[in-house]
Amino acid sequence: MKVKIEMTGGLEILFKNQKNHTYEFKDRDTMPLRELVVWMRDTQIQERPELFVEDSTVRPGILVLINDADWELDGGIEYIVEDGDTLSFISTLHGG
Amino acid sequence: MLKAKVLIVGAGGLGCPVALYLACAGVGTIGIVDYDAVELGNLHRQVGHTESRQGVSKAESLAMSIKERNSDIQTIVHETMFTSDTAMEIVQHYDIVIDASDNVATRYLCNDCCILAGKPLVSGSALKWDGQLTVYNYGPTCPCYRCIFPTPPPADTVTKCSDGGVLGPIVGVIGSMQALEAIKIISKVDGVLAGRLVIYDGQQATFKTVRLRTRRPNCVVCGDAPTITQLIDYTQFCQSPYSESSGKAADRIDTNLIVSCKDYHQHVYTTNSPHILLDVRPKIQFDICSIPNSINIPVDELNKSDNINKIDQLISHDSSLPSMLQKLTNQYHHLILLLILIFHSDCMYREKESNVVIKHIRDGLLGWSDDIDPSFPIY
Repeated sequence: MKVKIEMTGGLEILFKNQKNHTYEFKDRDTMPLRELVVWMRDTQIQERPELFVEDSTVRPGILVLINDADWELDGGIEYIVEDGDTLSFISTLHGG
Repeated sequence: MLKAKVLIVGAGGLGCPVALYLACAGVGTIGIVDYDAVELGNLHRQVGHTESRQGVSKAESLAMSIKERNSDIQTIVHETMFTSDTAMEIVQHYDIVIDASDNVATRYLCNDCCILAGKPLVSGSALKWDGQLTVYNYGPTCPCYRCIFPTPPPADTVTKCSDGGVLGPIVGVIGSMQALEAIKIISKVDGVLAGRLVIYDGQQATFKTVRLRTRRPNCVVCGDAPTITQLIDYTQFCQSPYSESSGKAADRIDTNLIVSCKDYHQHVYTTNSPHILLDVRPKIQFDICSIPNSINIPVDELNKSDNINKIDQLISHDSSLPSMLQKLTNQYHHLILLLILIFHSDCMYREKESNVVIKHIRDGLLGWSDDIDPSFPIY
């Protein structure tokens, strides 16, 4: 399976300062989102992983989109990621 | 349009374009709430203020800009902090609230206040190259800010415009869109951005509009059985202050814990009373200039265990230090030009319950240059 990941709102800083990523898992057809998120934390972030994951879910203040819709519409962290999905992680902004 | 009453919370980068467009569109009453004064460093993004109005209150300055464009508009200047004590009284006089604030505590405050008062909330935010925009409390299925963000983000993950910067045109785009949403709500046209979020990436030049969840029945403020029925202390809830301004330590710190540069210099520095002078600016600034015998720990790193140990070694052991520093980090997060003293037990500023007292030196290095050492470089 292949998934596209987008980071915005400054979260890309944690991920090699790149906004767009593609992850391929050749031996998998699906993957629980929780597993993917923890995998991202453990393998893709160099420092301050606590800014991404807290209590084995995405930390408060980050909005997650599954194929451009709020992840709550699809079960949140319990969602099962499928081949071709696009996941967006958006750090909410407070400035102005 | 002339009958409409709109409140703008924050006369900064977002509030300026909102106010100017609403004024030109003929929105009859525009209220502005802001506690800050215009500074030169604001002008690149806060287009409703001018060089000649430096030092003038932002709310007043923006009201002047409105009047210059459309003298028919009634402006109401709320030159006060927007807090749980003041918000409800202000908001009830308006039809629509624009969240153009710059901090997370005010965002939760605006949300709860609008839910409780039954006002639509047009919320915009921006940082660096990015902007976000949505409308809360508009229609029965529309989620509120708390439906989407029930838990505030950890204080140390929040970046401010004054730290991270924001490009003027980014707040210009988002502020203009907030004005447009307000006009749509006033004119009762379809297509209001409720239940959807616009995400603007100015660097990639992309807009994305995404579907948000619907109102959560178990939301603590807009749900079916709300537990929040009056405003709470949002600075405590968010562990961060209402203002991102660096100039108002006195609003957040007990005045007994603030000393002037003169007092510090006269009673502590020159008499060499036992103390630590801690300079919490970023290291690069400390390396450019510093007060002799001060030590540097950047404010972002104050609660790292290495640094707590470092300070701990400099004073007699005190078990309350880590928690004090934790509190300090939360309280002082934005005070870039801040100096903090940590005194020994025999110091004149001793407090009974603890042998460590942490004090803030008012005006920091600017005060030091003004009052003590005119040769100290200002940058």
